[in-house]
Amino acid sequence: MSTPTTTQRAGTPGTPGTPPAPGPFRAARLSPQRIGALGRAELTLLLRNRTALVMAVLVPIMLTFSIRSAAQQADLSGTGLSVATTVLPGSVGMVLLFAVYSNLIGVYVARREELVLKRLRTGEATDAEILGACALPAVVIGVAQCVLLLGGGAVVLDAGAPARPDLLVVSVLLGLALSAVLAAASTAVTKSSEMAQLTPMPLMLVTFAGSGVFVPLEVFPDKLAAVCEWLPLTPVMELLRSAWTEQLSGAGTLRALGIALAWIALSWFLVRRYFRWEPRR
Amino acid sequence: MTFVMDTDDVPHCRVPRGSVSLDGMDAIEVEGLRRRYSADSKGEGFEAVRGISFSVREGEIFALLGTNGAGKTSTVEVLEGLAPATGGSVRVLGLDPYTQRTAVRPRTGVMLQEGGFPSELTVAETARMWAGVTSDARPPAEALELVGLGARRDVRVKQLSGGERRRLDLALALIGRPEVLFLDEPTTGMDPEGRRDTASLVRRLRSEGTTVLLTTHYLEEAEQLSDRLAIMQAGRIVAAGTAEQVAASRPSRITFRLPAGVPAERLPEDWRGAADGQKVARRTHTLQEDLTGLLLWARDTGVALEGLHARSASLEEAFLEIAEEGHLRAGWGDDAGTAGFADPASAGRRAGHGNSNEKTGVRA
Repeated sequence: MSTPTTTQRAGTPGTPGTPPAPGPFRAARLSPQRIGALGRAELTLLLRNRTALVMAVLVPIMLTFSIRSAAQQADLSGTGLSVATTVLPGSVGMVLLFAVYSNLIGVYVARREELVLKRLRTGEATDAEILGACALPAVVIGVAQCVLLLGGGAVVLDAGAPARPDLLVVSVLLGLALSAVLAAASTAVTKSSEMAQLTPMPLMLVTFAGSGVFVPLEVFPDKLAAVCEWLPLTPVMELLRSAWTEQLSGAGTLRALGIALAWIALSWFLVRRYFRWEPRR
Repeated sequence: MTFVMDTDDVPHCRVPRGSVSLDGMDAIEVEGLRRRYSADSKGEGFEAVRGISFSVREGEIFALLGTNGAGKTSTVEVLEGLAPATGGSVRVLGLDPYTQRTAVRPRTGVMLQEGGFPSELTVAETARMWAGVTSDARPPAEALELVGLGARRDVRVKQLSGGERRRLDLALALIGRPEVLFLDEPTTGMDPEGRRDTASLVRRLRSEGTTVLLTTHYLEEAEQLSDRLAIMQAGRIVAAGTAEQVAASRPSRITFRLPAGVPAERLPEDWRGAADGQKVARRTHTLQEDLTGLLLWARDTGVALEGLHARSASLEEAFLEIAEEGHLRAGWGDDAGTAGFADPASAGRRAGHGNSNEKTGVRA
């Protein structure tokens, strides 16, 4: 199966353009102590940033309610879906987009603007540890919200226990990782903190429209749905939904996993290649 | 001074720390370093460092001077391992700071030109975070005490003054007890007291064996603090050595006024061109000889020279002249940079061995 993402990955081994020195981008060994120290500082900063905190914590919950009212009005007959199996994946989508993706773009850009990233790179922490630690509080909040929204939503909307809890866990984890790496990659085209308000918009809009956050792909015409399957967050939504509905076949599940992993790999490649550690002068 | 061997006259032969037994080992070696910034959409990029060489011995304080844009920070960033060299080679503690970063980082401390700290963290939180990413770190409180920030521990970084931020930055650079310390304009924004404290702290670190590479705008700081220094101009080292040596490479200055009624024509022949009305100013590389001639002439003719002033060039004068020559050379070609200066490579590498030139300072 040859896809745009996989061919691009295969066609660009190593890090061309950067010096051919052995391993300038070190990701081999992660130190829990260093990630813990940086993550703790990052959490303190998030708790002191009211705007970011509201965006990360309250907005996904509020939007989940609006998904519910949209789903209650939508015609879901013939799709095999219920309000619950529409709202639950959608709420995770909101968490990924607001608590993780959008929030982290702001975090990475702010740390870059304040020269924190550059300063940290003069120390012992590796690049992966720095990026990972910056993402840690957002990911922790994201996990907590997913537990809250999925658990609470399943009870309120009477969804029952998921048939495939393993898919549920895997897709949430994949979604968190993908959103974090996508955020880091997106900062390459974000020049300032002001721009960081705008950068998340394209992915958000595309995801709202095409990844089944508000409206499940099952409602779409087949051709459009086939295109939308390749969007970054679509596989996460599909896998989540399938955790309750078991709508994906074995091959379909693998395919969705493959697309999600391909997006993570592509984004990580973009981060390695284009991530800027200090502001442009 | 510490660790200076007293057995013979070999200069700069220090007892190195640790198990290394080579005498006078270089903690930092720079050989033909070039750094080019990658091209943007237009143009071919900019070469900020154009082939410089120097070395810093263990336990030495070395200062890089230069006007803004001379290439100091671009050089230091390569040494810190933040960027690869475009050409030439760089060794810190015998290792490549970029590719062997994991081995080098635990042994170096870095203070960037501009601190990079989240403004919403307190001083103590920042120090704790930094200690958490540093192996064998000092306790954060101890590091803050070193730079006199102990009383400000609960203040947010955004509320610190510029000088206090530099102190915090220095505290973090010292938290891992580094063997090699990079200080990029450490005292910019500090008040005189802060600069004095920093200078004495840096001296103390040297006495404990730390190697220090610093850049600075303050020439007196470089003069007082550094064992050796190099002046950069447009990406090249244009003068290097001890502060005295660099100053001595510039001409000395003799100035006086002729009393009214003594026309310049009465001066010895070789002095007449230096006169402007009654004022006479002359620059010379042979201060003692010229001054002797002048004073003998004055005694023989009974002329009293008013406001006689004779002195060798200061580092500041040397620096300003070099900067000015750089401006005059606007649009310099690729090898114009070193013209007219002492060979920078040899001067930079072993300037300590040169016999010091004329250091006469005469006031009358």
